[in-house]
Amino acid sequence: MARFGMVIDTKKCVGCQDCVIACKTENKVPEGHDRDWIVTESHGKFPDILMEIRTERCNHCSNTPCVSCCPTGASHIHDVGGVVLVNHDLCIGCKACVESCPYDARFIHPDGYADKCTFCIHRVEKGLKPACVEVCPTYCMHFGDLDDPNSEVSKLLQSRKYHVNLPEAGTQPNIFYLI
Amino acid sequence: MHEIFTTRNNPYVDPIMAMWEWQIPVYLFLGGMVAGMMIIAGYFLFSGRHKESNCACFSIPFTSLILLSLGMFALFLDLAHKPYVWRLYTTFQLKSPMSWGAWILILVYPALIANILIRPSQWMINRVPKLSEIAGKIQQHHILIRNIGILNMLFGLMLGAYTGVLLSTLGSRPLWNTSLLWVLFLVSGLSAAAAYVHLVAKNKAESELLAKADNGFLVVELFVFVMMFLGLLSSAKPHIEAANLLLNGAYAPIFWVFVIGMGIVIPLIIQLLAVNHKVKHTPIAPIMVIVGGLILRFVIVSAGQYSHWFNAHFH
Repeated sequence: MARFGMVIDTKKCVGCQDCVIACKTENKVPEGHDRDWIVTESHGKFPDILMEIRTERCNHCSNTPCVSCCPTGASHIHDVGGVVLVNHDLCIGCKACVESCPYDARFIHPDGYADKCTFCIHRVEKGLKPACVEVCPTYCMHFGDLDDPNSEVSKLLQSRKYHVNLPEAGTQPNIFYLI
Repeated sequence: MHEIFTTRNNPYVDPIMAMWEWQIPVYLFLGGMVAGMMIIAGYFLFSGRHKESNCACFSIPFTSLILLSLGMFALFLDLAHKPYVWRLYTTFQLKSPMSWGAWILILVYPALIANILIRPSQWMINRVPKLSEIAGKIQQHHILIRNIGILNMLFGLMLGAYTGVLLSTLGSRPLWNTSLLWVLFLVSGLSAAAAYVHLVAKNKAESELLAKADNGFLVVELFVFVMMFLGLLSSAKPHIEAANLLLNGAYAPIFWVFVIGMGIVIPLIIQLLAVNHKVKHTPIAPIMVIVGGLILRFVIVSAGQYSHWFNAHFH
């Protein structure tokens, strides 16, 4: 089975928020809510400053506390690419999944169900890229099958150093940041 | 300098998680207290105390039923997708403590009702005269009464433990991520239940027994707190920070004054003096214990959501 993931080049990301706007537009994310966002991390003392800009979203983890804690099975792992999704008709809005995510990637949609990034699975299943990847002006975002050694994302991970967010949380995230 | 700036601003998630508001602590408190009341009432049935005409075990189950229903109503109020609540009962999710809890609640109600049926109140019999006949039949079978007692203790234990497990399995909130949380909530529930029965018991010996039991529960609760903090403080940095939220951080004043001081230590001193006949029993100590138990749930739920992992690449 394919395992979809993203590889994001932090050396190229400028934090322009095109990915955020693309997501909001494509997925009709309600005003005041974000499925993806920009994080700027600065560290050090002038003139020795390190800075990383990264675009973040649900990590579509391989070990998913949000799926385990769901009492109705609304949070589930999709057959295609191991993408973590929410079935709106099963979700009771108990918020356990929101609490269980160490990345705080979920929120409650004004209509009552838990919401988050879907890797634009509706586009991916048609052979398109996720909206955020499609619009990135610096081409810093790459999407593909991490289980395919010949995919673009696998090759990038073979050739560059990278980190994931909160590896210590044990969730095995599938979004990788090139450094 | 180490600064992390995010553009995300989701309601009740940022800047700090505050998804669960008053409904969840109220439910956890009422669930824990009902669990304690079921264990106490079950023990009274099991040990044959129900043979005494004014045994509190006959009034506890009905109060438990009301309190648990209030707790479940609070839980319902918390749901963001209320019309879909029935979905809880179209599946059983083995890995989800909340799914376990939903089904445990289904077991708890019949156990409570069975306990009520052993000796229904006159008020109930006046409305449903057949209850008197049912009670008469149950009372002829002492083994059945013992088994109802065992069921109440068992399901009470499951309910009390579940209220803690629900939070402790959410590993993303370091303060909750301790396997002692269910013990803490169970003992706190038992303590609040003992305080309640001590308050309402008409049988003097029973009231005295429950005051002594409550003193024991309060001492155990203090011990569990010490063990829980030892565990958190010897764990990873987010867990140490989480423990410090209560010990000397933002939640320290309410934790030390209301949970430890007014909720455990002061009522423990008053009740120790009372059971040793140095002062008279008053409702003050048990009320402090019950209110302290409620504040404990508020503090744990709120501080737990405040505690978090550090999403930093540069360390």
